[in-house]
Amino acid sequence: MITVEKLTKSFGPKLAVDNISFSVAKGEVLGFLGPNGAGKSTSMRMITGFLSPSAGKVSVCGFDVVEQGLQSRSRLGYLPENAPMYSDMSVFGFLSFCAELRGLFGSTKARAIDRVVQLCSLQPVLFQSVDTLSKGYRHRTCLAQAIIHDPEVLILDEPTDGLDPNQKHEVRTLIREMGREKAIIFSTHILEEVEAACTRAIIIDRGKIVANGTPAELKCRAPLAGTIVVSLSGIGWQSVQPDLSTLSFLDKSELISESDSKTMFRLQPKGDLLPEVLTLAQKRKWRIDHLNVEEGRLDDVFRAITLPETEKASVE
Amino acid sequence: MRTIWTIARRELGAYFSSPVAYVFIVIFLLLTGFFTFMVGRFFERGSADLLTFFVWHPWLYLFLVPAVGMRLWSEELRLGTMELLFTMPVTTWQAILGKFLASWLFLLIALILTFPIVVTVEYLGHPDLGRILAGYGGSFLTAGAFLAITCMTSSLTRNQVVSFILSVVVCLFLILCSWPPVTDIVVNWAPAWLIDALANIGVMTHYEDFQRGVVDSRDLIFFFSAIVFFLFTTSVILRARRA
Ligand SMILES: Nc1ncnc2c1ncn2[C@@H]1O[C@H](COP(=O)(O)OP(=O)(O)O)[C@@H](O)[C@H]1O
Ligand SMILES: [Mg+2]
Repeated sequence: MITVEKLTKSFGPKLAVDNISFSVAKGEVLGFLGPNGAGKSTSMRMITGFLSPSAGKVSVCGFDVVEQGLQSRSRLGYLPENAPMYSDMSVFGFLSFCAELRGLFGSTKARAIDRVVQLCSLQPVLFQSVDTLSKGYRHRTCLAQAIIHDPEVLILDEPTDGLDPNQKHEVRTLIREMGREKAIIFSTHILEEVEAACTRAIIIDRGKIVANGTPAELKCRAPLAGTIVVSLSGIGWQSVQPDLSTLSFLDKSELISESDSKTMFRLQPKGDLLPEVLTLAQKRKWRIDHLNVEEGRLDDVFRAITLPETEKASVE
Repeated sequence: MRTIWTIARRELGAYFSSPVAYVFIVIFLLLTGFFTFMVGRFFERGSADLLTFFVWHPWLYLFLVPAVGMRLWSEELRLGTMELLFTMPVTTWQAILGKFLASWLFLLIALILTFPIVVTVEYLGHPDLGRILAGYGGSFLTAGAFLAITCMTSSLTRNQVVSFILSVVVCLFLILCSWPPVTDIVVNWAPAWLIDALANIGVMTHYEDFQRGVVDSRDLIFFFSAIVFFLFTTSVILRARRA
């Protein structure tokens, strides 16, 4: 439903978005990840038709956002970064204004407002001035505006920014539920959010897409993903090491900690290492306290991919 | 059409939801009253017309219209709501017209509230009502031209004060370039074509025709083309901001 082809945006000499392409189908929730200044908001502004691309094409539901802006815009809902709203309006007035711009009037409008007020739990502040809202309600009011016309495509720029953990959870659940029959793109720099709500994630850094896959696929790219961490008691590193060197699928072994009674080490596999380790442990009658195959954390993937080369070296 | 009206209604709501609107109307009425009766010596003139009433309008508008219009786009830029507005199914022209018409309507309301002055002359003598109506028309069109200028300057900056000052400067230029005290000085050294050109783009020549009760199509064309020109410039600026 959303197709982005070779999208590029430059501000003067600065390339904010550099030749990115991807597409989002109905039923997909795409997480847009990246450090600050990566070009997430700029990309979203081009998809929503607010900024015009320097090069490339975007289409929403088959309508080109530049050539057929009215058609594409009427099919999408957008929550801009920082949830801008007219400060002199009440929540109800604001939603009513947005509904009318979306072509909803009379009883259809009343029903649409009711629905989003329910969905975003806005009843307590319905007649409060937008200016006096807490950040949580502010974001939810702006989110309500984005879904008031039940659009096929939703673009959410940092929808959980500044919310407390409960509110974050609610918004994530809402996104996941809506994602079943819509195409959603949302940006964030909170990585658990991606696992909690996305079917797919794109990591963007300095304007370029550096990774694109399901959260599980991305996690495999963590430097430590797949390594086996073993903790043994009653045996020292010195006596374990010779046995480890007999493992044929072992790439590297590394001691994590050693005390009088416990030894903890990490094994980097180059094949199906786990059964081998288990057999060895049985043969040697090791007392295993703890054994874990690391899943890999998105955090690590993110850091590994997006840190500039120079900083990467200094971290290691 | 409906979209324009939705936007215009929101703008009007924004005016009347704050005390600024009422303060503005009161100031406008007090100032027109003050200039007409105190400075213009309305009663001493003993003539049943509204010349001393209308003669001050461009000068009042010079400050009051920028004050009314300065927030139109500056506020959108400051709050970031422009991003919201232009990702709705709304065209740039619908948004510009909605905002412009709302403010113009607001100025019309202020102008209509000066009706007690008309009632006063009607009571004192037998004024030429057609001439008074033409006077109001000219006044309203002048306000519209100044408002279009303010629209343009407010799309330039997120700072309302800057937008106000820029607008006053442009409006002042349009007043002065055909204001007799200035043209009298310029006439001594400027070539004739320049004086002609200035008189044509100046507001005063066109405004005064209306005060004499003359509704000339050239004056109407002047005001409408000024409005269209500055609103068009606004649309160019707004598009450039999103390029
Ligand atoms: N209007 C603009 N003019 C100039 N540079 C901009 C503008 N908007 C964004 N940028 C630059 O483009 C880059 C990407 O910004 P943005 O898309 O906001 O990043 P993100 O949302 O990923 O944090 C940043 O370096 C930013 O400074
Ligand atoms: Mg951003």
